[in-house]
Amino acid sequence: MTTHSPSYYWKNCAALMALLALTWSIGYVNLGHFNLVVGLAISVTKMLLIALFFMHLKGGSRLLHLAAFGGLIWLVLMFALTLADYLSRGWVSIPNH
Amino acid sequence: MNAPAASLVAEQFDDLEQQHEAAQFGMWIFLATEVLFFGGLFLSYTVYRYLNPDAFAAASRHTEVLLGGINTAILLFSSTLMALAVRAAQLRQRAALVWLLLGTAFFGVLFMGVKAYEYYKDYQAHVLPGANFLWTEANPHAAEIFFWLYYAMTGLHAVHVTIGICLMLILAVRAARGAFTTGNYMGVEVAALYWHFVDIVWVFLFPLLYLAGHR
Repeated sequence: MTTHSPSYYWKNCAALMALLALTWSIGYVNLGHFNLVVGLAISVTKMLLIALFFMHLKGGSRLLHLAAFGGLIWLVLMFALTLADYLSRGWVSIPNH
Repeated sequence: MNAPAASLVAEQFDDLEQQHEAAQFGMWIFLATEVLFFGGLFLSYTVYRYLNPDAFAAASRHTEVLLGGINTAILLFSSTLMALAVRAAQLRQRAALVWLLLGTAFFGVLFMGVKAYEYYKDYQAHVLPGANFLWTEANPHAAEIFFWLYYAMTGLHAVHVTIGICLMLILAVRAARGAFTTGNYMGVEVAALYWHFVDIVWVFLFPLLYLAGHR
């Protein structure tokens, strides 16, 4: 068991709030498709901050890392297989259809 | 409660540390299934947004971005209190633990209050899908799909927040009786993992639902 000082958690809170302000302000700028890319990149960063420091994955055992990673792998598989269908529709024209 | 350390460990475990890790592992496995539970909705959102990018951007501008942003801050803050609650349990600070759990629950309730007000404003703006739905811009059908997804995703998330609030209140009562300040604080740690997960889901919902189109 590792106990951290309160400032360990408050610093993370401040970083998360700063990232929220960034997401929010970028919402008012037209970056085209990059609005989505930047928005998701910031969300992934926030997710990592929460998982590493609040959920104690940093300093956690390999088994917990594997379980957390496993959840994401299945999500990626589900997205990849489904989007492989939707994104490729219309690439090939089928005669008599 | 000053039970001897040995009785804190269930029969099947070697020691307290192994028991802690098993509890955390179990919760992480549950969270992996939750990732897929929410993942189905995120996937639907992705497919329909890919098929109707302009309608999704236009519909997203009709959400209450100020309320959504405030709610993000509320959840991030409550997660911080939750993390501090785990710390208080580790240090066996009973009073601090109870107050931090109650604080986490309070901000959860505040989140639900803002969400309810937001739903009410959506209803008044006629963007609630169904008979009342009114859309004057292009492609009303796709805009309605956006709002179906908006309600399904925020609704499922709100159910999770509600469960979380109930958990915090039960934990606060048990903590006040000294249940987690004996050296076995796993109940608090495992509930914290759940609460942080619910926070992470919202972190993704905010840009996808509120900022799909720039303002």
